[in-house]
Amino acid sequence: MKKSKSIFSNLYIILVFAIMYAPILISMVFSFNSARSLAKFEGFSLKWYQELLADRDIISAVTVSLTIAVIATAVATVLGTITAIGLSKNRKIVKEWLLTINNVPIMNPDIVTAIGLMILFSSMKIERGYFTMLLAHIAFCTPYVITSVYPKVKNLDPNLANAAMDLGATPFTALTKVIVPLIKPGIVAGILLSFTMSIDDFVISYFVSGSGVKNISYYIYTSRTRQTPKINALSTVVIVVIVAIILLINVVPLIKNRKKKEN
Amino acid sequence: MKHMKHLIKPYLIWSLIIVVIPMVLVMLYSVTTAGNSLVNIQFTLDNFKKLGNSIYVKVFTRSLSIGGITTGICLLIGYPIAYIISRKKETVQGILILLVTIPMWINMLLRTYALMNIISETGFINTLLISLGFDKIEIMYTDVAVVLGLVIDLLPFMILPIHTILNKMDKSYVEAAYDLGANKFTTFKKIIFKMSLPGVVNGVIMVFILSISSFVIPKMLGGGQYVLIGNIIEEQFITQGNWNLGSAISMILIVLMLIVIRVMNKLDKDE
Repeated sequence: MKKSKSIFSNLYIILVFAIMYAPILISMVFSFNSARSLAKFEGFSLKWYQELLADRDIISAVTVSLTIAVIATAVATVLGTITAIGLSKNRKIVKEWLLTINNVPIMNPDIVTAIGLMILFSSMKIERGYFTMLLAHIAFCTPYVITSVYPKVKNLDPNLANAAMDLGATPFTALTKVIVPLIKPGIVAGILLSFTMSIDDFVISYFVSGSGVKNISYYIYTSRTRQTPKINALSTVVIVVIVAIILLINVVPLIKNRKKKEN
Repeated sequence: MKHMKHLIKPYLIWSLIIVVIPMVLVMLYSVTTAGNSLVNIQFTLDNFKKLGNSIYVKVFTRSLSIGGITTGICLLIGYPIAYIISRKKETVQGILILLVTIPMWINMLLRTYALMNIISETGFINTLLISLGFDKIEIMYTDVAVVLGLVIDLLPFMILPIHTILNKMDKSYVEAAYDLGANKFTTFKKIIFKMSLPGVVNGVIMVFILSISSFVIPKMLGGGQYVLIGNIIEEQFITQGNWNLGSAISMILIVLMLIVIRVMNKLDKDE
């Protein structure tokens, strides 16, 4: 009785996962199709990947996505980390207020953040383009860094930095040599979260960048009506990279733990 | 380390400019007339009055019903998944939860595009059906396609909070219920489901808000004329250029979000 039930529940899980993953997997398969069809597999070929590399628009979209993600993550990480460190030294009311403001971009539907920024940039007479997209990405990435780093800072012994300075360290070295190494796991989590959020974003980029500058999501959105295996090839590359990063985050700590245990 | 507290100053200024002011601007736009020069600003409630117009009322009811159906289906599919996962061994749970999370990390545009490949008129499913000798089915550009896309996209947001609660739950309550003579159904209804309610509320709220504010999935899977709240906001800002009306429509989403934050805070405190 119990056995048949667990078979049933396993089948159910497999079925739901199959529905969740099937579209992605099937579209990846067709990126290797030698024909143009997305429904009949004629034979294996890498020609769509060659076309991908030759497509100027796609290459520029990938460049935009990557450079924005790297710069926004770098700025967000520094800004978010120093804010999280400073936050723990502030009064409760300041903490609560700042953390509430910090939650707004995380909780807000993307479209609301997007139009807010669109109105802001136009009232400040900043022309929409690469720069506004970058500012917007910094704006929604920083809160994720703060929420990942702040809990680590909160658990630190408040006397650590003082001890370092008593021993002759400058405030800056106390910060970089004592505090930052201790909160590193939080910072790493923040970097990864912010990078994937940035790469993933469509709605905010779409509203704040105008039509001049497109990232990968924006490119796919505008070419949605002409489906070709070339876009499947682009998806496959992006998905493989993202999944590799996620597996790395999840598998590396496991291996490290095991090594620690062995030692 | 007193001076470390000044480290928050850059972000304080930054968040004021790029988080607080935009929200204030949206509110301001929603209650003013067109034209945004601050010198001759004119307050009006016309934007909100326009929302009573039958076109918009139709969009709202449609959004609410699509959102409601999506949330209901996600709960029906997601709750058993969360429950089954929570009964597995810890390592298996880790792997299964990772499998639930991975799609959330994959760009939504890519996932929706992939779904289009499958269900479109000449897509994978129809080609398969025809080659097997069946009639083709028309899902693309219908409500079914939109709900299907939303459910696949938002299911993880339902599974994860419910699983977190079920996993934390003290199993001795369940044993106690059995010992006291409750059958499986009563135990589930009175103990397990009741205790997992905060997770259910969390999941329901997330899925509902995300589904009614989405505009990519309805546009890609529902076709050009398909309109939900998100679509009319986009229309006002991108094509119609009536930012004031667009802001008034967004205020509905902002108010909804504020209610959600309040409910969640309350749930957190009750725990």
